[in-house]
Amino acid sequence: MIWLSTVQLAIKSLWLHPLRSLLTVLGILIGVSSVIWLLAISKGIGDEARKQIESLGADTIIVRSIKPPAEKLSTQGITPYGLTREEFDMLVRTVPTIKSALPIRELRRQFQYDAKVIDGRLVGCTAEYAEVNKLKVARGHFITEVEGFNRDTSCVLAHKVAERLFPVQDPIGKRIYMPESTDFYTVVGVLEPKNASAAIGGSLSAQDFSGDVYIPILTLQQRIGDMIRRQSGTSFEYETLELNQITLRVANVTDVKRTATLIEEVLSGHNRMEDIAVVVPLELLEQARTTQAMFMVFMGMIAAISLLVGGIGIMNIMLATVTERTREIGIRRALGAKRADIVRQFLIETSVLSIVGGITGILIGLLCGPSVNLAREVVKWWSPRTIAQLPDVIRTVQPQILLESIPIAFYISLAVGIVFGIYPAMRAAKMSPIEALRHE
Amino acid sequence: MKYACRIIDLKKEYVLKSETVRALRGATFDVPEGDFVAIMGPSGSGKSTLLNLLGCLDKPTSGSLFLGDDDVARMNDDQLAEIRSRRIGFVFQSYNLIQQLTVVENIQVPLIYQGRLGRKEHKRCLELAAMVGLGDRLSHRPAQLSGGQQQRVAIARSLVNDPYFILADEPTGNLDSRTTEEILQLFDRLNQEGRTIILVTHEDEVSKRAKRIVRLKDGLVQWDKLNSQETREEAARNALENMPVEV
Repeated sequence: MIWLSTVQLAIKSLWLHPLRSLLTVLGILIGVSSVIWLLAISKGIGDEARKQIESLGADTIIVRSIKPPAEKLSTQGITPYGLTREEFDMLVRTVPTIKSALPIRELRRQFQYDAKVIDGRLVGCTAEYAEVNKLKVARGHFITEVEGFNRDTSCVLAHKVAERLFPVQDPIGKRIYMPESTDFYTVVGVLEPKNASAAIGGSLSAQDFSGDVYIPILTLQQRIGDMIRRQSGTSFEYETLELNQITLRVANVTDVKRTATLIEEVLSGHNRMEDIAVVVPLELLEQARTTQAMFMVFMGMIAAISLLVGGIGIMNIMLATVTERTREIGIRRALGAKRADIVRQFLIETSVLSIVGGITGILIGLLCGPSVNLAREVVKWWSPRTIAQLPDVIRTVQPQILLESIPIAFYISLAVGIVFGIYPAMRAAKMSPIEALRHE
Repeated sequence: MKYACRIIDLKKEYVLKSETVRALRGATFDVPEGDFVAIMGPSGSGKSTLLNLLGCLDKPTSGSLFLGDDDVARMNDDQLAEIRSRRIGFVFQSYNLIQQLTVVENIQVPLIYQGRLGRKEHKRCLELAAMVGLGDRLSHRPAQLSGGQQQRVAIARSLVNDPYFILADEPTGNLDSRTTEEILQLFDRLNQEGRTIILVTHEDEVSKRAKRIVRLKDGLVQWDKLNSQETREEAARNALENMPVEV
């Protein structure tokens, strides 16, 4: 009863200065919503990165060939670099924990059907490629082991290639032409659309699967070979590379790190050239988790600072209020209010401020996702070039509201209200009723 | 005889910058139940100090102050607050109503601090408001009332806890003569109903309306005398006669 009437009284007293109360509430509101927003955004960014790493698979180890820096290549002739088929066989034979191994060779190529010519990526791989990269077949089938073994000239088209080369016809069974290698391939399957995977770390660049054409790696080796001729201006550049990537899967996730160490050992011959990189998604995942945790702590601290500022706002206002209402305090004391009653009255007032701020802050915090999207849409409409220049993360991030951030934000705001309300309330209670009554 | 309060050798000293001010130097007098006492005295006589002590807003340096059977001189801060909310009805010169509360809510304030505010108490507040003639202004705020009306709200508030005595500090100091008369008549009526009233004033005209006058000087009781019935009636008559005629 007494609490209820004190709350009523607090609301009445705050209503005496609506603008002042509103501004004080605003301080808390901004603090609380920024706690939720910053945590949601950092969670969104972190989750995105983690999802990408997870899509590589926690049980995989990726070894990639990297074009070595120019000074390490001899100026005369063509220096082969990167992973070799021999190394691939060696890894499969000598590392016992490997469950499966997938060799990959990638080339830029032109593809042609009738008069339509498009640029794309020719990927030589085995049947496992679709499973490892989670590619789904829309029509037909992915290249099979038999086709690989027979070095068939079958190919599978990514959806964009199929769309461009075969806007109306059914691509299955058609033969596409590759002008650079003067060769025909028969389409045996078409893939469903797949979103590009973003870059992870420095060693694994973004992969856009939409312009790919897949053929058996043995076919590629036989018909195209290891030497690539690239035209730059009027001169030609040659390079020799056997495999772009080997994706290894480890039977047991607990063996991933040991296996990676072993692989690095086996491939230590490449250390001098620095022409390969071993990427362990599991390690990246762990790093990403740590980074995300640090990021969130950091963001939380920034938000906490804004809450602190809000709290100081409350204290400031309450000190002014206490001075202004000295007379009222005197009257209440004379009419029988104990010091505790006065403390309670002012504490409830600050609590009302901070609870109102907390609740509205949470509501605004919940609008985080839609607001971020809206902001992006507005920027896109207002200046499409700006949005194009923004980094990927900002363009794609979907804030993930942390459920636990809601009660945390609420209790922190309440605590801020109480902590910063205590001093003014004590000051009010400490006044002598005689002095307070005399106050004009 | 039952006493509303008994003051025995009450002393109060203040220390102001190494100088000791002896505001009360041993005042002694009793206020029986149903009395109507005016406390008078020039400034510096210890009038305000005595008022603060009677109102349990302050503690004496020595001596005893009995309200009923309790010696409030020995009480701590919270106990004094308790006594104020249960046993004393304050009426101030400047009304001292709480601005953000309505008439009824102002009357209820002492009950809030007693922790009892039920349907019965609410009804009593309404009755008190009606008794002081404000039954039709229950949800007005102090700023919407005249000085006399505000003071009547304050009187209703002072009665809500059924106090040992009403302690009125210059209750007519801010009022014109007509309103002063209204308030004094209200006090008279309350006294006739059996209420004990202690009224602090410096106006002779006001003090003559009480049953008894205690005059302080230099922190001591200078004299303590009863007003005869004739004096009181004459004062009341004079007040009416001297009132300016409205055109």
